[in-house]
This record gives sequence, C-alpha cells and structure tokens, in this order.
Amino acid sequence: MLAFTLKRLALAILVTLTVSVISFSLLHLSGDPAAALAGENASSTDLEAIRHLYGFDRPLTTQYTEWLWNALHGDFGQSYYFKLPVADLISDRLSVTMLLGLCSITFALLVAVPLGVAAAVKPNSIIDRLALFLSVAGQALPSFWFGLVLVVIFSIKLRLLPPSGSETWKHFIMPTIVLGYYAMPAIMRLTRAGMLEVLNADYIRTARAKGAGTMRVLFKHALRNAIIPVVSLSAVQMGFMLGGSVVVEAIFALHGAGYLAWESISRHDLPTVQALILIFSCFYILFTFLSDLTNAWLDPRIRVG
Amino acid sequence: MKPFLSVSAFTLAALLSCSQAHANKADDTLHVAFTKELESLDFYYQSAREGTILNRQIWDGLVFRDPATGKYVGDLATSWKWIDDTTLEFKLREGVKFHNGEDFDADDVVYTVATVTNPDSHVVTPSYVNWMKNVEKIDKYTIRIHTNGPFPAALEYLSGLVPIYPDKYYAEVGAKGMGLKPVGTGPYMVESVEPGKHYVLKKFDGYVGAKHKADIGTIDIRTIPDINTQLAELFSGGLDLIWGVPADQAEQMESMDQLTVANESTMRIGYIVMDAAARGGDSPFTKKEVRQAVGYAIDRKAIVENLLKGSSEVINSACYPTQFGCTQDVPSYSYDPAKAKELLAKAGYPDGFTTSFYAYRDRPYAEAMMSYLNAVGIKADLKFLQYSALRDMQKKGDAGFGFLTWGSNSISDVSAITSLFFEKGDQDFARDDQVAEWLKAGDTTVDEAKRKEDYAKALTKIAEEAYWIPLFSYNTNYVFTKDIDFKPTPDEIVRFFDMSWK
Repeated sequence: MLAFTLKRLALAILVTLTVSVISFSLLHLSGDPAAALAGENASSTDLEAIRHLYGFDRPLTTQYTEWLWNALHGDFGQSYYFKLPVADLISDRLSVTMLLGLCSITFALLVAVPLGVAAAVKPNSIIDRLALFLSVAGQALPSFWFGLVLVVIFSIKLRLLPPSGSETWKHFIMPTIVLGYYAMPAIMRLTRAGMLEVLNADYIRTARAKGAGTMRVLFKHALRNAIIPVVSLSAVQMGFMLGGSVVVEAIFALHGAGYLAWESISRHDLPTVQALILIFSCFYILFTFLSDLTNAWLDPRIRVG
Repeated sequence: MKPFLSVSAFTLAALLSCSQAHANKADDTLHVAFTKELESLDFYYQSAREGTILNRQIWDGLVFRDPATGKYVGDLATSWKWIDDTTLEFKLREGVKFHNGEDFDADDVVYTVATVTNPDSHVVTPSYVNWMKNVEKIDKYTIRIHTNGPFPAALEYLSGLVPIYPDKYYAEVGAKGMGLKPVGTGPYMVESVEPGKHYVLKKFDGYVGAKHKADIGTIDIRTIPDINTQLAELFSGGLDLIWGVPADQAEQMESMDQLTVANESTMRIGYIVMDAAARGGDSPFTKKEVRQAVGYAIDRKAIVENLLKGSSEVINSACYPTQFGCTQDVPSYSYDPAKAKELLAKAGYPDGFTTSFYAYRDRPYAEAMMSYLNAVGIKADLKFLQYSALRDMQKKGDAGFGFLTWGSNSISDVSAITSLFFEKGDQDFARDDQVAEWLKAGDTTVDEAKRKEDYAKALTKIAEEAYWIPLFSYNTNYVFTKDIDFKPTPDEIVRFFDMSWK
C-alpha cells in the first residue's frame, strides 16, 4: 500500500506542475495583460509603463518561476480588480464553495446510493422507476430554474428559508439541494448498474447460501465492490462542484470561489484567475488521489494493478 | 410512515428555526442590494454606478447640485467665482469634520487633487480629474483651482466626480486603505466592508454640508447579482429597496399592496449612428437622404410605448433633455414610411439596400428597428456584439450603422455626450468640421449664453444632417416597501440621505 501511495503521490505532484505551466502560459498567451489592465483609452506609453510596473516585460519563464515560488509560499499576488491580496480574497471565498461542495456531495451520496441499491434490488419496481424519473429530471432541469422554484416555494410562499446569503446554515440548504441534485443521477445510475452486476456474482450467492442476512449481503458484500466506480465518480463530481458552482452561487448570492472565477475571467483579473485554476486543479488532483487510495483499500487487487 | 415522519420533522425543524433577517423600520435599517461586485470603495479606483452611489453618501464635493432644482449650492465650499477663464476660486466651509475626526480645510482639497491628478496614481477614469492643472491654497479656507484651459463644466464635475479626501488619513492608508475603510465628510460613514459583498453605512451625526442630514440610521447593502434573487429577497422581507427591475416584472409588482413601484427616466439615451463620413468605405449612409429615410422609417413612439414603457420618451436631439445646453428645438423625424421610401428612391435606392446593423444591448429594441427598416427596403442583418468589441470596431472606423446608447456618466452637461461623438474622436462618424468647431467653442467658454448658442447650432446641424437618429431616453424601475419615502431622480443616483421612514 505504501509503494502504491508514493507512486500516486508522485503522479499527483507531476500533474499539478503540468497544470500550473499550462494555466500560466495559456493566460499569458490569450492576450496582452497590460492592454486588459490599461483599458480602452490607454496610449502606448501607458501600456509600456504598465508592462514594466507589473513585470510583463520580463521573460515568461522568469515570470512563471517567480509566480510559482511565491504561490508555494502562499503569495498569489494582488488582484487587479479588487486591489487586495489574492490569497485573502480566495481564502474568504473558497470556504463558502468548499462547504457548499461538501454538503452537496454528501447530500447526493446520501440520496443516490441507497436509491441506487434499492433500484438494483428490485429492478422495474416502483422504486426503480422513481429512481429513473429522478435521474432524468436531475439531468434535464437547469439549475437556475430549479433554484428559483425552490426559492419561490421555500422563501416566498412558505417563508422557511432565506433566499440568499451565506450567514447561517439555513442559507446553505437550497444551494446544497440544487447543486447536489445535479450530481445525483450519475451516482445513482452507477450504483444501480454496479449492484445489478455484483448481485448476480457467485460470491453473493455463496454469502446467501451461508445464511447471511439481506442487509449484510447488500451493504457488506455487494456494495463494497459495486461502490468502487462510484468513489471515483464522486471525486470527479466534487472537483466539478468546486469550479462549476457559478450559477448556484450567483442565484443564491453566495460569493464563493466559483462565482469569483467567472467574474475574474470576465475582468481579466490574471492573478486571481491563475490562483483559482491552480487551487481548483489541486483539489481535483487531491480528490482523485484520495479516491485512488480509497479504491485500493476497498479492492486490494488495485494495489498491485 | 417513516418517510412521512422524516419530512414532517424536517418541516417542523425548519419552522422552529426560522429567524431570517427581516427588513423593517423598527431597527432603523434599510436593506438594499447592489447587482455588481464593486472593485473598491475608493471612488477614484472604480467605475461602477454602485460606486457613484456610495460616493455621494460617504464623501462631499466642493459643490452640490440639488436634484430638485438643478442648481449648484455650496457643499464643502460656501461660495465661488471665476477669476478668469481658467481659475475658479472657492471659499471653503469652516467647522467641517471628517468621519475620523480630522478637520477639513484647504490642505485636504490641495492634497486630494494633487494625488488624483498625478499620472502615477493611475486613477480609473482620468477624465474626471485631468481637466484640473492644480489647486493653489490661498489661505486655510480659500483655494483656487487652475484648469488646463477653459472648462465650463467644472462645477458639474466638482459636484460629484471629485470627492474630497482627508489628507492625513489618505497619506497614511492610501487607495487600498480607503477602499477598505473609507473616510469622508458625507451624511453616511462606513461601518463595515466585506469587499465586493457587503457594506454597512451608519448615519454621521456630525454632518454639516449641503445635502440632507441622514434620517435612516443604518444602510445595509448586499451584493446580489441575480435580479430574480433580489425580487425573492424583497418579497420575503430581506430587502427594502431594489432598482433596475425589468418593465414586465415591475408591472406585476404594481398590484402588490406592500410594495411601491417608481419609474424614473435616466440620462441614458438610445440612438442610431450612421457612417456619414464613409470611415468604413463608401456606403448608402454617406447620402443625407438615406440617413433621413432611416429617421422617418422607425416608429420611435411605438417602441417607447410598447417596449421601454415607463417614463421613457422620444427624443430628437443628440443629448439628454435636461443636460445643460441640450435644446430639443431641432428638426425631427416623425414616423412616415412613405416619405422614407421616397427619400431612398431620391438617393438612388428605389429598391432599398442590404446592410449590417450593429447593436450591443436591448436586442428586442434592435429587432423592432430592423423590422421597421425592412418595411421601407433597408434589409438589415443584425450583428449583436459585446460592447467592448463593438466599441473597438467603431474606433477602427467599422460598424458604422447601428443602435447604441450613452449614459453621460450622469454628468448634466451636453459636453458629456457630444464631445465624445462629434468632435473628431475615434467614435465620430460624422466628422463635420463645423459641428466640431461649434462644440469645441461651447466646451471652452464659461459664458453660459454663448455655450447654449454654440451647442444649439451644433445640435441643429446634427439633426438636419441626420448624422444620428436620436431615439429615446431610458428608464429605471425602483421597487421598494411602503415603509420608505423615496423619490428617484433621472441621474440614477440613489440618495439614501434623502430617504426617510414613513
């Protein structure tokens, strides 16, 4: 297990470095950052002054190594738009997005896994059809529409939940449902398919023959094997939620990192965008790394494969 | 049974724990929403309307333009006079204190202007301040502003675009500190700032300027980007006032007892630009008859009544009617498609022609115009772009036929619109020497009668030649609870210090 962990760790670090190089280069190649900063009415003298002030006139490799070195020390530079340290700006926003992402994936797993198991145990039953309906609806409903429907019902009609903000736990209920619901269908379908396959396996028949109870067979023997692809998928979904919660954050005025990323891109706020890409990528890589470890623990064959 | 129980438990728990913030006058707090995340609270380092709104609450200028009368009154100054065409002398108000207790005097004005006019300070909108050469201190409460050439709109700029900062505090904290903890002399002081997200203003009891002393104790401002979420907050009691509500939604809210819908025109006007100077190569629009035909082809009144609604109105002159120097007494083009066809035939286009039509906002308005143009034979192909892309094209001389708008940055002087579009700049598609000359003359004399005369000549020729077809003024819907007394103004500046509880 140690060798496997070290191998995966080395791979994760390599991927992180590659991502940092690509994101840095792409953003610098996508247009003159000085022109974006100076605005429409800048003269060429202004542009030169800005290039010098921000160090854009130095070789790209020098800029990259300096940026990476500073980033490794927690210094991501200053936001061009907010004129504040990027690290402060992001740490403030990231906590909201992390909390939302964790709540959403937990919500999705808590609903989707039991439903997927139930659907697999009784294929074509009412539960299976309900699961299928939820799954289709989850993928078909645009999150901005679903979010607004929840707001109309729970905030305006019933006055139970606040429509926007992030001050209390109640502010997170609707965003969690909207974002989590988006992740549910894939998890549920994968759980169902995995369970259907596993339930017909010989070792399940053996377990039943040995007199193991239904719940023990389902959750101890079958789910352990069926859940492996779900773990990998959840890691990907979690990474997606961190970066892709722009719409949900905008609807519920959550001011998280997803919305900040979208706003920073539209404002050419390079330091913020670079830092966010790096941080989101790190999370993605971290989740994938953790899911690999979890899968290796669940299925020892993976460790040697 | 179990699912039912769990749902009931959840509902009950939610009911019991329901204690969301409700806006009301009992806690003397007005809850409002900004749509845009503001980059900084330092006025000189941001360019959003929200920043303009906050500026007027937190800081004062030397003068104040009363929105009710349109007259300038002393704010941080008590009197002023033009010494010559480039020197304006102010007597400053004594006994004024900044929110941090610092005394206000001539040094603050000298320091503020010297700081923001210094090119190294990189203020976001240099045109707000770079008309000033320097400020000379005569004595503790007398200053003279020396301008870079005659600048008749000086008082207009000083009434809103040049807030005065405390010299000691600003020297200490700089733009960054001012953005996080602003200090001014205005009716409201800043209590807390969460950058981009949340601002809390408190009434400043020591206020002595020309604006109203604040009545409402606390102004709580949250940034909520989605207008539907703002409406939901308004319905559920989390907000008291929002603005920029689309016409159809505002109409629905008019029937709700607890809400007031106020509609007010804004300084933004819509217009059709045409490439009379052939900057993008030869085109039908170089012919005056074609440009006039465009004017006669479009039923502007119908567009205002059916699409813009509210207090929007048809305008004929290339400026907003209440701006200084903006006469509406110019040739106009009422809806007359037959005349349009006649003019097109006279210009050599009896069967019309095909052209691109550029626009960047309000697509339904652009589409309505295109259908009117199509009816007289001008087959327009809509090119809908981002504003920055369209502006870049225009600077290069392209996109010479399209529907655009301009809001004059709330500056109530005709020079805030005509100087940009008719004085041979890179967005001037008329390039008329005589028009540019009249406008420049108006921009550089402090004689008000002479200015009005020059602008009238220029605006009349712009209309006669149909360089632009001015279309209509815009409007904004404000929706607020019945608890507040509030009257919006055409400059789109929400003045919290003018509001009170009913």
